[in-house]
Amino acid sequence: MSGFSPAFLSSTSNSFVELARAVAPDALPLAGGRDLSDQVPEGTTIICFRTAAGILMAGDRRATMGSLIASHSMQKVKAADDFSVIGIAGTAGLALDLIRLFQLELEHYEKIEGARLSLGGKANRLASMLRGNLNLAMQGLAVVPMFAGVDESTPAGQIFSFDVTGGKYEEHRFHAIGSGSGFARGALKKLWRPDLATEDAIDVAVEALFDASDDDSATGGPDFVRQIAPTIITVDLEHGAVEIPSAAVLSTATEVVARRTRKAQS
Amino acid sequence: MSQAPFYVSPEQLMKDRADFARKGIARGRSVVVLRYDEGILLLAENPSPTLHKIAEIYDRIGFAAVGKYNEFETLRQAGVRYADLRGYSYHRTDVTARGLTNAYAQTLAGVFTTESKPFEVELVVAELGVTAKTDQLYRLSYDGSVMDETEHVAIGGQADAITATLKDLLTSVLPLAEVFDHGVRALAAATNGPLPTKDLEAAVLDRNASGHRTFKRLSEAEMAELRED
Repeated sequence: MSGFSPAFLSSTSNSFVELARAVAPDALPLAGGRDLSDQVPEGTTIICFRTAAGILMAGDRRATMGSLIASHSMQKVKAADDFSVIGIAGTAGLALDLIRLFQLELEHYEKIEGARLSLGGKANRLASMLRGNLNLAMQGLAVVPMFAGVDESTPAGQIFSFDVTGGKYEEHRFHAIGSGSGFARGALKKLWRPDLATEDAIDVAVEALFDASDDDSATGGPDFVRQIAPTIITVDLEHGAVEIPSAAVLSTATEVVARRTRKAQS
Repeated sequence: MSQAPFYVSPEQLMKDRADFARKGIARGRSVVVLRYDEGILLLAENPSPTLHKIAEIYDRIGFAAVGKYNEFETLRQAGVRYADLRGYSYHRTDVTARGLTNAYAQTLAGVFTTESKPFEVELVVAELGVTAKTDQLYRLSYDGSVMDETEHVAIGGQADAITATLKDLLTSVLPLAEVFDHGVRALAAATNGPLPTKDLEAAVLDRNASGHRTFKRLSEAEMAELRED
């Protein structure tokens, strides 16, 4: 058979996930299998907070497999589209695939409808994608994302956290997920202010991730040997989602280390 | 008593269908797609700001259409579904204009020969190459026939007049503002009237775009600025 598959012409959905489930279910992540939770790489600490202009999300780069470090340079925080950002903790392979699928879901909607989804619409879409993943979560392959962004009706931005069942919760100031989240959240409690300018916000993000990597073995700190910095993405209505260059993050990390060294020696 | 069926020769049948489709297409206003030095310009005469004739299919693939809106909208959405599913299953670079054009051609040809009414549409599928040499422009007719063009391509009722105006013009070495001007003048000459900026719809596939998506719609202000230069 040549030409378009009949579903392409007759489909009325603007959801890519629904389309793929109907036309090419093999292309989607598999359901089924046994408990694999200690045999797959896992990720780690993601933080997100409001800034004066919008939102900042940051994540470390380490992926672990049991007591081994599986990757030093995994990207767990990514721009979901031009005005939102997603970070994921949990089973690495599924997490990266969920990010890719979610990015495509937003792009597909935008192209089919000729308009972007609202921020709340994106968050709800992500929640229902997670719900579809529930049977994998029951086998220990859990994926927990955090999602944030801005749109015209919420220019200051919103932060959403989720659980494996697809529950969606709005966070009003800051939030952290992953194995090191307790330490990062503790740091944010002391450092976060509602009016952080971008420079200060980057400093706060690096401090919080440093605290997480200090006490959690599954969270990586800034890696000066390989020049690997935590991923930091800011989102505001004027500039959209912008990734801070790793050189800038590393220089902030250098200052943080110098500050801590002085304190430890005094 | 049932009536004895009339015999209609296949030649006559095809001709009737082609005439029908051509008549429908001739009623609509034209679209012209032109290469420029840093990308591809898609330009249409379209007074509606929301019912687009020009659209994004994928990272480097643009779509332009004339004819019946509901028909080319169905084809556009099918193209987006084809491209997104292919890019997700394989890789973003595996989505090509040639593959998409083949799918369009098969679907148009199938409808032309088997359905009771052919699609009253003409399409252009444009792919922005990594280098200018690999840019591709395909023109598709209502019957599924495909032609590839090198510099510019026009579709719609006044396509022949536009092509005549642009004949021998190498647009792929000219900057955007100049190509935009040529395009607008060719559209205006074909319709014998002035063409205010608010009646234009335009988009570019920009080789210098920063992200993976190179398609960008031009706002009325951006078009006005291009016309002033």
